[in-house]
Amino acid sequence: MSILVYIRNVGGQLKKQSLELTAYAKAMADTLNLEVTGLVIGTIADDELKKLGNYGMSRLLKADDEKYNQRVNRVYTRIVEQAVNEVDAKYILFPDNAQGKAIAPRLSVRLKAGFIPQVLDLPSSYEPFTVKKRAFTGKAIATVTAHTERVILTPMLNSFGLRENARDLEIQSFEPHIEEPNSRLELVGKQLSEEGLQLADADIVVSGGRGMRSSENFALLEELAATLGAATACSRPVADDGWRPADEHVGQTGKIIAPNIYFAIGISGAIQHVAGVSGAKCIVGINSDPEAPIFEVADYGMVGDAFQIIPELNALFKKHIHENK
Amino acid sequence: MKVLVCMSYIPDTTTKIRFREDNTQLDDTTIQWVINPWDELALTRAVELKEDAGTPVDEVEIVMVGGVRCEPILRKGLAIGADKATRIDVEPLDAFQTATQLAAYLQGKDCGFIVCGIESGDYNEAAVGGMLAELLDYASVSSVSSVQFDGVTPIYQRDVANGKEQVKVDGPAVLIVQKGFARVPKIPNMRGIMTARSKPLDVIPAIEVDPLVEFVMYTAPPSKGGVKMLNTPEELVRSLSDEAKLI
Repeated sequence: MSILVYIRNVGGQLKKQSLELTAYAKAMADTLNLEVTGLVIGTIADDELKKLGNYGMSRLLKADDEKYNQRVNRVYTRIVEQAVNEVDAKYILFPDNAQGKAIAPRLSVRLKAGFIPQVLDLPSSYEPFTVKKRAFTGKAIATVTAHTERVILTPMLNSFGLRENARDLEIQSFEPHIEEPNSRLELVGKQLSEEGLQLADADIVVSGGRGMRSSENFALLEELAATLGAATACSRPVADDGWRPADEHVGQTGKIIAPNIYFAIGISGAIQHVAGVSGAKCIVGINSDPEAPIFEVADYGMVGDAFQIIPELNALFKKHIHENK
Repeated sequence: MKVLVCMSYIPDTTTKIRFREDNTQLDDTTIQWVINPWDELALTRAVELKEDAGTPVDEVEIVMVGGVRCEPILRKGLAIGADKATRIDVEPLDAFQTATQLAAYLQGKDCGFIVCGIESGDYNEAAVGGMLAELLDYASVSSVSSVQFDGVTPIYQRDVANGKEQVKVDGPAVLIVQKGFARVPKIPNMRGIMTARSKPLDVIPAIEVDPLVEFVMYTAPPSKGGVKMLNTPEELVRSLSDEAKLI
């Protein structure tokens, strides 16, 4: 019996969330006296994969046939299912992001395994399996049990943190038996994004609201984001008015994210907006209105003119990052 | 071509969430129910496609799992422009039970594609669409931000980790859509509201199925420690680096 961790392969690179997910699995494994096994699909170098050993993974199955480089949810589900059987996994962990959630629910049906996403903590019990998850877009926490033989979890980013736990990692080739791997889904076009940093993956997010006053003024936030290696985001009115692309909208009806730092600049902090970032480790509110509701949820706040503060912050962060290299 | 839109209903996004019976049940006495916002965007786009003579979409049906209280929500969906609504008469208990009810109804239905909002604003699981696809043995295309047509063939655009992809699917697909699929929800006009009254709203019995997970208790999220107000950008940089140790 073991714990299987689905390792996301982003163009041959690992994401930090895969290390965190491995550390989470290791903590479960220590309680249950099990081993942590991983599965990665598509082309990726062993040197990159070895990092997983530092966080407690002891065995990794690698389904690296080129034909799997194109993600087909139906096919990926079957590859994970076969890996589950191969290692007799009782618990299967996916990242709590778009890719994890594209596959995990399908797998849940195939395995008749309870699916618990948005997990906030380690399980509080294994008999029956009980864990806390986020509900009502951050307005509540639900305690959920699954009585199924197998359980699929997606722990949230930042729910656990990175804990090193070095192991010798054995990497093995894995050849799933998939009939007609790409029969139903055909790729007809692809555009790589220039920024290369997706909002959902970003550790730091610089977000602007109506207080930025115009689309052009977002250049200030883009500069700050570039300094910090951050992604940019916005509030709903900004996306609805077309100042920023719709996929940057963070909030109850847009993207729901959990970065380490969320800069809310010129964002009043309506409940619907805050619901999209309540999983953030640290919220920084910068607003000209001292009564803005963003200060009720922020960890750090500054009242003032964003057009003055942001360039100063940018210069200070540049200096700070340079000095701490 | 028919498009099927799966909808769920959630507490209005500004509603305060409370619980009762020792925090084991959602207190629904004061809740205003609304269409799940992502489903509303899905429906908006489906109706736009139907109204666009340049696409093969000519019919939109909405499907919902829920008790009688969700009928006003379905009427609103009809007012937005769906042609027909179907309610599967059972309260949703978990994603698996909900998806299984939908699959039982949708199995074998002639359609171009089925659309599900990426997640619901109540349990935020992003699970029903994927489960439904697996139950129907259809392709699922997730993070879909638009649909175009090449003749009568739909081309789906999806967001992937490093950009965007356009894919086409042989046979029906379940689309899991996010904001951008439509930008703002369509507001029903007076004519839509009037015609919605005479559109079909079918109620069909549920099938027997058990949930896979059980929600046993709810608690309030931990309250924040309170904001620390800072006066200068220098203080902010220092706080984030020395105190929070995040930069």
